[in-house]
Amino acid sequence: MDHVQVKINGMPFSVPKDSTVLEAARYAGIDIPTLCYLKGINEIGACRMCVVEVKGARSLVASCVYPVNEGMEVFTNTPKVQESRRMTLEMLLSVHNRNCLSCKRSGSCELQALCQELGVENAAEFDGALPEAQTDTSTLHLVRDNSKCILCRRCVAACQDQFVSVIGTNSRGFDTHIGCSFERPLSDVTCVSCGQCIVACPTGALVEKDQCQEVLDAINDPSKYVVVQTAPSIRATLGECFGMPVGANVKGKMVAALRRLGFDKVFDADFGADLTILEESHEFIDRVQNGGVLPLITSCSPGWVKFCEHYYPDLLPNVSSCKSPQQMTGAVIKTWYAEKNGIDPKDIVVVSIMPCTAKKFESQRDDQNAAGPGIEDVDIVLTTRELARLINLAHINFARLPDEDFDPALGITTGAGAIFGATGGVMEAALRTAADVLEGHPVDQIEYQEVRGTEGIKEAVYKIAGMDVKVAVVSGLKNANEVLSKVRSGEADYHFIEIMCCPGGCVNGGGQPIQPAAVRNFTDLKAIRAKALYEEDRNLPLRKSHESPVVKTVYEEYFGEPGSHKAHEVLHTTYVARSRF
Amino acid sequence: MQKRISNLPFQGTKEQEEKLHAVIAKHKGEQGAVMPVLHEAQEIYGYLPVEVQTMVADGLGVPLEEVFGVSTFYSQFSLTPKGKYNISVCLGTACYVKGAAAVLDRVSQILGIQPEECTQDGLFSLTACRCVGACGLAPVMTVNDDVYGRLAPEEVDGILAKYQA
Repeated sequence: MDHVQVKINGMPFSVPKDSTVLEAARYAGIDIPTLCYLKGINEIGACRMCVVEVKGARSLVASCVYPVNEGMEVFTNTPKVQESRRMTLEMLLSVHNRNCLSCKRSGSCELQALCQELGVENAAEFDGALPEAQTDTSTLHLVRDNSKCILCRRCVAACQDQFVSVIGTNSRGFDTHIGCSFERPLSDVTCVSCGQCIVACPTGALVEKDQCQEVLDAINDPSKYVVVQTAPSIRATLGECFGMPVGANVKGKMVAALRRLGFDKVFDADFGADLTILEESHEFIDRVQNGGVLPLITSCSPGWVKFCEHYYPDLLPNVSSCKSPQQMTGAVIKTWYAEKNGIDPKDIVVVSIMPCTAKKFESQRDDQNAAGPGIEDVDIVLTTRELARLINLAHINFARLPDEDFDPALGITTGAGAIFGATGGVMEAALRTAADVLEGHPVDQIEYQEVRGTEGIKEAVYKIAGMDVKVAVVSGLKNANEVLSKVRSGEADYHFIEIMCCPGGCVNGGGQPIQPAAVRNFTDLKAIRAKALYEEDRNLPLRKSHESPVVKTVYEEYFGEPGSHKAHEVLHTTYVARSRF
Repeated sequence: MQKRISNLPFQGTKEQEEKLHAVIAKHKGEQGAVMPVLHEAQEIYGYLPVEVQTMVADGLGVPLEEVFGVSTFYSQFSLTPKGKYNISVCLGTACYVKGAAAVLDRVSQILGIQPEECTQDGLFSLTACRCVGACGLAPVMTVNDDVYGRLAPEEVDGILAKYQA
């Protein structure tokens, strides 16, 4: 790559020619502060936090979008720069709800951190008129409080990046605010509940709808049997909430913490993932052999499902009728497990720990109540962040916890279930089982490398039982839109497509720990978190879903075989076409 | 001030819709097509209600929120219809010091609408405007092309009654 010579704070550096000043400064060991900048998503140079002095430039320049050139001299920390940054913060604070003590983002707020770093103390100096305070609590998954919004537009860019674009900037000047078209509540527009806006938000303006108290109430109710399940990706991210490095697998400590919180049973949603694979690969083989609608598209990701309902209702017959792993686990707990243990399903409360805000929506969908009307498969969904909050509330010292195992009834799982949390994982898990079933014997190949990795669209062709199986793996709804428009036009001829709503899959879900932009911009969170899951897979004795002893037992005792009438009643669901506007 | 959004029933006609679709077809695929299409849409309908903006978004293949964002950013776009008679009360400097605010209040009180709104029967809409260039007549109010000057608030009742007949 071509390089140019630049001076940063008087010291010479050779930096790639296409760097921005912000990137170049990193070579000098300087992290220029930012607020609106999200690499690859929001590069608009609007907030003026990253300003620096460039010799010869007329005014301060926004380093996040300003390209380097040969001989450039940059100063990142002059009094003029500091004064400008401080002024920017003071102006932001002048219209900011400074209720920081009780804010959910206190301690992880990027605005708060910058104020501390730059010593902005006299926040009341510019107090005056305030814009109209607007809050939106209309959806099941998030709360928007515009009194904490700094108009950085990161949420808007994240929503655009998901090809949903239901939030944007309305009005102008002092009245500028983030909202939906015609100021409708978020529940009335085509929001898919993915939560990518929440993880993009630098402040407390966007937070998940907190359901911790509901969980505590259930645990403290002696008449309730409270069961928890954790999604595959939680073990790869929860540690971040307790200062551990990105990509640390904290499965054992997570289970220990849940037990100490007072759950009656701690189960693994990897079980539901394994079960999903049996049902979904059966559905796939059935469609291939009997001329069913192809391509089959996975249905694990509720944000994707809602996107399909709004934007591609004509492709709903392609979407697998399988419930998601969360809902399958919940359904099995309230049917098979309840019967087996003589518990009234009405008394069972199933709590899920999910990487996902759309799961809060999914659990309240129609046709997700296998044990009978009014008995939801899953009662309460918490995000990774909410679980961390519960653990902190109980003053559990997470780092010092021993490693414990899931309760075995629904806790012995396979590597195939583990990799569900990364883009490509569901496809790989399905291929492992489909290959064995179609070939009629255990196939040696376990790893399908072509569908791994964080690229948004991956394609591969595998020869299984003499047939060329053409698959695609997609993450992020912008990519989904690209692939689906080809499916719709007939240009693409895949047999099987995995779609995950969030870029990179569940490890990068909207319910995951929020890393500040300074980390997120220069760390491939998706890849590092996914690595933890692939390592878990490699180290597990069982790596194919159909080898799971729990899955075998459940079929022997309850469902008979994949795709049976009973399985359809409990483990499958339906979808509804929704409007695009 | 944030723009008011009309809650009056949409009364677009088939002809208007055909015109709008022709405009959309003309601009589709152009970069920055939203602005010119909204301009022409407002000429066709007189304002930009949700029904019109949805047709624009659908036709151009852009998110409705993007269309709405543009329509609320630029002051020349209106989200409320104009009545058969549009009343403009001048709040320019000269009119203001001569008591235009009281005139505006009186109109607002009689019609039961705020500036940027239209009466339920579609007869009157109300605008608070800046200088109309007749400062010698301050305070000034116009009803469509009729100009009324040197107004006292109590004269408003009689003026409006003429149009209600």
